[in-house]
Amino acid sequence: MARVDIRGAGALLRWETAVTALLVIVFAGGAGLSPDFADSGNLSFALGDLSETALIALPMTLLVVCGQVDLSVASILGLCSALTGEFWNNGWAIESIVPVVLVVGLVCGLVNGLLVTKLGLPSLAVTIGTMTLYRGLAYVVLGTEAVAEFPERYTDLATSSIPGTFIPYPIALFAVLAVVTAVVLHATGVGRSLFAIGAQEEAAYFAGVRVKRIKLVLFAVSGLVAGFAGIVYTLRYGSARADNGLGLELTVIAAVLLGGVDFDGGKGTLGGVVAAVLLIGLLRNLLMLDDVSTEVQSIVTGVLLIVSVLTPRLIAVARTARDRRRGRPAPV
Amino acid sequence: MSAPPKSAPPTLALVNVSKAFGAVRALQDVTLELHPGEAHALAGENGAGKSTIVKTFAGVHRPDSGEVRVDGEPVVFAGPADAQRAGVAVIYQEPTLFPDLSVAENIFMGRQPRTGLGRIDRRAMHAATAELFTRLGVDLDPRRPARGLSIADQQVVEIAKAISRDARVLIMDEPTAALTGQEVARLFTVTRTLCEQGRAVLFISHRLEEIFALCRRVTTLRDGALVATEDVAGLTDDDLVRRMVGRDLDALYPKQDVTPGEVALKVSRLTREGAFTDVSFEVRRGEIVALAGLVGAGRSEVARAVFGVDRWDAGTVEVDGRTLPPGSPTAAMAAGIALVPEDRRQQGLVMDMSIERNMGLTQLRSLRRASRRGPLLSRRVERDRAADWAVRLQLKYARLSDAVGVLSGGNQQKVVLAKWLATEPAVLIVDEPTRGIDVGTKAEVHRLLSELAARDLAVLMISSDLPEVLGMADRVLVMHEGRLTADIARADATEETVMAAATGRPAERAA
Repeated sequence: MARVDIRGAGALLRWETAVTALLVIVFAGGAGLSPDFADSGNLSFALGDLSETALIALPMTLLVVCGQVDLSVASILGLCSALTGEFWNNGWAIESIVPVVLVVGLVCGLVNGLLVTKLGLPSLAVTIGTMTLYRGLAYVVLGTEAVAEFPERYTDLATSSIPGTFIPYPIALFAVLAVVTAVVLHATGVGRSLFAIGAQEEAAYFAGVRVKRIKLVLFAVSGLVAGFAGIVYTLRYGSARADNGLGLELTVIAAVLLGGVDFDGGKGTLGGVVAAVLLIGLLRNLLMLDDVSTEVQSIVTGVLLIVSVLTPRLIAVARTARDRRRGRPAPV
Repeated sequence: MSAPPKSAPPTLALVNVSKAFGAVRALQDVTLELHPGEAHALAGENGAGKSTIVKTFAGVHRPDSGEVRVDGEPVVFAGPADAQRAGVAVIYQEPTLFPDLSVAENIFMGRQPRTGLGRIDRRAMHAATAELFTRLGVDLDPRRPARGLSIADQQVVEIAKAISRDARVLIMDEPTAALTGQEVARLFTVTRTLCEQGRAVLFISHRLEEIFALCRRVTTLRDGALVATEDVAGLTDDDLVRRMVGRDLDALYPKQDVTPGEVALKVSRLTREGAFTDVSFEVRRGEIVALAGLVGAGRSEVARAVFGVDRWDAGTVEVDGRTLPPGSPTAAMAAGIALVPEDRRQQGLVMDMSIERNMGLTQLRSLRRASRRGPLLSRRVERDRAADWAVRLQLKYARLSDAVGVLSGGNQQKVVLAKWLATEPAVLIVDEPTRGIDVGTKAEVHRLLSELAARDLAVLMISSDLPEVLGMADRVLVMHEGRLTADIARADATEETVMAAATGRPAERAA
């Protein structure tokens, strides 16, 4: 008998509240510790540094809720970055590069989706494969070369903030897309279907949910957004390289899990993920301001992830033990 | 059929046991004695306290008051391991074996015989397993992997495991729910053998005829309290139902007479390779057509194909004269087909989702239209509809936002029915609609099906429960090894005619 927590929704709510509270504490603590932290220039930088993670986390949330995962996103980002550089080298205009590169991202995502839906392979295995494949293609395109010298007109778009605020343009776009994604996930039939697929795929299929189509579209969107993130990354750093964004998929998945999305699918909220993305960004920024090495930074992220996955389980175990002492009914 | 010997103390007993979960009193002052060599039935509706008794015997629950006795001596089971050591084994409805290990390895898991070098002695293990099977009178290969065993065979493996551990009490919790008639017969033979060896058996089943066939005594529970423990001899079905339900039950098969209308579902020469061949039939509006046959005859496969979750290789399916494309549940739903699937837990419901959302899952499109706000769903309409259906089907629940998994089996089945009836189907296919459901709810489901048919719905009912088939169907279609072998009118349908067609024996064609 599957253990069903009657108060599951309440616990989930508490989890997001906890992440948000932690976010506030880190922010307040950071402002107290380091005078530079709350400076609008620094906040702008901290947010901007999150652009790709934040953007990719949106479709990743939908995928994980639906019981899937896409590990190839960082490689798609790298491939699209390399293509941007290569096309630029060949004298293409940015206006022509962007649509072509976006199509490549979309196709990469479609390939993932087709392998998962048509061949019925697990997405973890498929995207481990395509992760290597797409990264390899990125090196085929650009080798170990770096393409720089993109015009400021475009790099500015990726780095500067909306006038009068400290919010970089990519993060403003993220905010808009986050609202759209939240509505899709929590208020539409597609969102409802995602939760059903993640919780019990067969039952969703038997209820007429178009499981394969939904998965295919999700992977395609994931690829498209990763491709777009590749362009943002390239312009933000003013550098196109095949190894851009190496390992970024793990940061994204860390944020999604820290945000309270169940890796087994079927549970999670977008609000939690947004809070978790910001939390990771602020923590990194704080550690950076304190001149903590990148190794320690990644240790902190790793510990945070393990804690986030572990804590709900521990709470569940503690609750079961308490219920047993009080003699509450095991669900019949 | 004699009274148990008074001399020997009961092998296992509950004496004046009470158990409460919060405010719910699951057991009140229950005394139950299992004597050596007796098959003892435990009867009661869902929620009557049967599971609590099983779990108390199994060492999962401890009584709040009263005691558990083994051979007349009070014991305290600190956990399931204690109960196992005391010789108590529980055989569940759906055993959980290690699918990739052999049958013998499953039986001797953790206690494998060793060679002198400390390696597992497979030869000894296989021999011991073969000997166990001989004692049980079953024919199973100890070397074959557990994957692919039928549920009946899996249960036999569990029983063999229990015996190899010298279990003296076997508790069988609805073991027959998913078995065919022949498999039930074999299980009974095995059980009788166990009793002859002096073991005690506690047998739980919703099927009254099984209790009469197998057991010497029966204990009936209602709302956690003991109603009676008595000899089965001399009792009738009605007696037992009255003790379980606490009142006289309206007819278990309240079939209304109908005049069939237009053909709603027309299946022509449908074939899916390896599953069924050349199946043709019609279901008219107002009609309940039963699809009978042995498990594995291809009945569920036909239902799955008609509903589109499986593709078919040849043939056509028409609903109200319109041809359906193969392999599309969405198209089948749009045409007005609804399928209440066989496996409630995997296919019927999303267990972790709330009652209202489970009901809403089939109606996402209309909930979107109801909101009048683009792609957004109307949660208000979703809740209103769910509340409405909950009343109409007399669903017992605390809150509509509760996960559907906390409901009893019968109430879960009502949620499945609700989510499909809410789509206002023209054709309702129900696959084993009352499996594992208590007798009171079963009668309710039957009444509902009858009413739906009377309101012009075409109902196709797959059932392995022969009395249900005979009691509810206007016509009985019978399948045998993937082919339709008979189409029997209500008047001519008897156990004999249906079983003859189901087992492929030649029978005189019904006029």
